[in-house]
Amino acid sequence: MKGNRWLWFALPFGLLAALSLFVIKGGTLSRLARDVPPVEELTVDRVQLTPGQIVLDVVNGGPDPVTVAQVMVDEAYWTHTMTPGPTVDRLGRARIAIPYPWVAGEPHQIKLVTATGVTFDHEIAVATETPKANAGYFLTFTLIGLYVGVLPVAIGLLWLPFLKRLDQRWIHFALSLTAGLLIFLAVEALHEALEMSGRVAGAFQGIGLVAIGALGAWLVLQAFGGAGSRAQGADNPAQQRMRLAFLIALGIGLHNLGEGLAIGAAYAQGAVTLGAFLVVGFMIHNTTEGLGIVAPVAQDNPSLKKLAIAGLLAGGPTILGAWLGGVSYSPLLATLCLAIGAGAILQVVGVLYKALRQPTGDAWSPLNAMGVATGLLIMYATGLLVAA
Amino acid sequence: MKGLSRRDALKRGLLGIAGAASASSAAHASVLHGTSHPNPHTVMTGGLPQGAGIDPSAFLRHFDYGAVSRRANGQTVREYRMIAMDRNLEVMPGLFYSAWTYNGQVPGPTLRCTEGDLLRVHFHNAGTHPHSIHFHGFHPANMDGVFEQIEPGGAFVYEFEASPFGLQLYHCHTMPLKRHIAKGLYGALIIDPRRTRPQANEMVMVMNGFDVNFDGENEIYAVNTVPFAYQANPIVLRRGELNRIYLVNVLEFDLLNSLHTHATFFHVYRTGSSLTPHEFTDTISMGQGERHIVEFKYDHPGKFMFHAHQSEFAELGWMGVFDVQDKITT
Repeated sequence: MKGNRWLWFALPFGLLAALSLFVIKGGTLSRLARDVPPVEELTVDRVQLTPGQIVLDVVNGGPDPVTVAQVMVDEAYWTHTMTPGPTVDRLGRARIAIPYPWVAGEPHQIKLVTATGVTFDHEIAVATETPKANAGYFLTFTLIGLYVGVLPVAIGLLWLPFLKRLDQRWIHFALSLTAGLLIFLAVEALHEALEMSGRVAGAFQGIGLVAIGALGAWLVLQAFGGAGSRAQGADNPAQQRMRLAFLIALGIGLHNLGEGLAIGAAYAQGAVTLGAFLVVGFMIHNTTEGLGIVAPVAQDNPSLKKLAIAGLLAGGPTILGAWLGGVSYSPLLATLCLAIGAGAILQVVGVLYKALRQPTGDAWSPLNAMGVATGLLIMYATGLLVAA
Repeated sequence: MKGLSRRDALKRGLLGIAGAASASSAAHASVLHGTSHPNPHTVMTGGLPQGAGIDPSAFLRHFDYGAVSRRANGQTVREYRMIAMDRNLEVMPGLFYSAWTYNGQVPGPTLRCTEGDLLRVHFHNAGTHPHSIHFHGFHPANMDGVFEQIEPGGAFVYEFEASPFGLQLYHCHTMPLKRHIAKGLYGALIIDPRRTRPQANEMVMVMNGFDVNFDGENEIYAVNTVPFAYQANPIVLRRGELNRIYLVNVLEFDLLNSLHTHATFFHVYRTGSSLTPHEFTDTISMGQGERHIVEFKYDHPGKFMFHAHQSEFAELGWMGVFDVQDKITT
C-alpha cells in the first residue's frame, strides 16, 4: 500500500495541470475576458547618475507586459535607449539610459510614459554622481561601517568591568535595559521594513517579504538556539549566558546589516551627508548595543577573544550592509534585510525574558520594569541625535 | 530618503559639516554636467509616429473647400461630410491615445469657405458617445450644436450662412465638454472675406495637446497633434515671401498657450475678423478657444525656431523649425 502513497500525492497535481491546460486551451477564458486596458505597473528600482547621463533600472511588478514609449525628465521629452527593449515582461527588468545634463545637488523628476499613456513618476531627490565600485569606494563604506557599527559596539563592550562590580539586582537591571534597547530597535526595524516594502514592485509582495524575513529569522534562531543548548547540556550556566551574549550579538548584527544597507544606500544616493555631528550621533546611539551584549555575562569572565568575536558579529555586518547598500541597492533586498533584523531581535528579547525569569521565576520586578523603560528611553534620547 | 527612518531625518546637506566618513567623494559643488546636450531634433525617441491619423506636413496646407454648387440666386453652396468616430492614434512614437475624431483625424479637417456661402455640413455619428458640432460664428439656435445632441448612429445636417469672415473654431459641444474636446473633436473653419487677403504662403496651425493618462493635465503639447513634427521635418519658407498662419488654440487644461517666432515679427489679425492688423509682435498669448491670423516674412535664410513661449509646452512637444530658403529646392 505504501507504494501508492506517491501516486496519491501526485494525483491533485495531475488534475491541476489538466485543468490549467483546459483553461488555457479550452477557450472558456473568453467568458471571463473583458475589454479593458492592461493593468500596468512599473517600479524604478535603482538610479545611477554618471556625468551627463541618468540610468534607471525598472521592474515590472504588474500582471501584464509594459511598453515604455517615451521618457520625460523635468517635464520635457528626452531621448532614451532601453535595453533589452521597450517592452518589460511581467517580473522582468530593463535598463533605461537617458542622456541628460543633470544638475548636482538638485532634484530631478522622471516620468515614464507607456504605450497606453499611463505614466510612472520617479523623483531623484538629490542628484549626485553614483560612486563607482573601486577600492576607494569600498574604503569609504568600510569607514562608514566602522564608525557607525563596529567601533561603537566595541566601546559598549568595555562596560563589562563596570557591570562586574554590580550586584545581581543591578545586573538584572542591565539585562532588562538591554531588552528595552532591543525592543526599540525591533519596532524601528519593523517600521522601516514595512515602509520599504511599499517601494517593492507589486508582484514581489513587499509585505510578504517582511513576514518571511521577520518570522523566518525568528524561527531559525529559535530552533537553532534550542538545539545548541540541548546538545551542549544545560548544566553549565556560564556557557548558557555566553550563548545568550552571542545570540544578542547575532540579532544585533542582523539588524545592523539592514541598517548598514540603508545608510550605505542613502549615502550613495546622496540622500544623506554624513556630517561629523551625525556620525557622533550614530556612535552614541549604537554604543548601547555593546552594553546589551555584555550584560548577560557580567558575572563571568569571558575571554577577550570571545568578546571580540561577539563584537564583530554585532558590528561587522554594518560594513557588509554599507557595501551592499552602496553597490547594489534594491528595495527588495533592503526590505528583506530589515525584516530579518527585526525578527532576529525579537527572538533575542524572548531569550532575555527567559534568562531574567530563571533565577526568581518572576521577571517583572519593579527594577527590571524600570530597566526596560530606561532602555527604551535611552534609545529614544540618543535617537534624537541622529534626527534633525 | 525613505527607508532610513530611524535616521529618518538625514535630510540633504544636514549641518553641512564635512563628514568624518565622507573623505572621498561627497562634496560636489553645483556642477552642471552638460557635455552631451541632445540634438534638438532628437528630443523625442523614435522619429515620427506612423499612426497619428494625419501627416502634419500635409495637414499644414490642406484646406477642405467642400463640394461646391450654386443656388439659383447665385449663392455658393458648400457641402461637407463630417463623421465622428473613435480612433486609436499613435500621437508619439509608440504612444497610443484613444481619441474621438472628426473623419478619423485630429484636428478635424480645416473647412474653408467665403463669407456669405451657404454651408451644409452632413454630420454622422459613428462613435460610441453622443456628439455634435458647435461652430463659432453666426447661425440660428438650432444649428448651434448644443441642444441637438446626435446619438451614436444618428445624423444631422448643419446649415447656415458663413459669417462673419475670419478664423473660426468648431468643436463638439457634448457634456462633459472638457472630455469631448480634449479627446480630439475640434478643427478650424476659415471664412475668407469677400475682398480677398493678399497672396501668401498659407498654413494652418491648431495648437493642441493630449492628456494621455487622464489626470487633467497634458503630457503632450503640439501644433497639429504630432509633437516636434515640424522640428523633425522643418517647414520650408521662401525668403521675402509673405507667410500667413491660421493659428487656433484649442488646448485644454492649460489656460494659456502662445506662439513665439524667432528672428521675425508678425502682424496679428485677432480672430481674423479685420483686414487691418491689431498688433506687431513676436510673441502672442492666447486663451482657450482664441484664434488669430498672423502674417510675417523672413529677411534672412536659415533655420529659425517657433514654439510656445511656455518653455514647458515647448519641451513637451510644441516646437518647430522654419527653414527659410532663397530658392525652394524641394
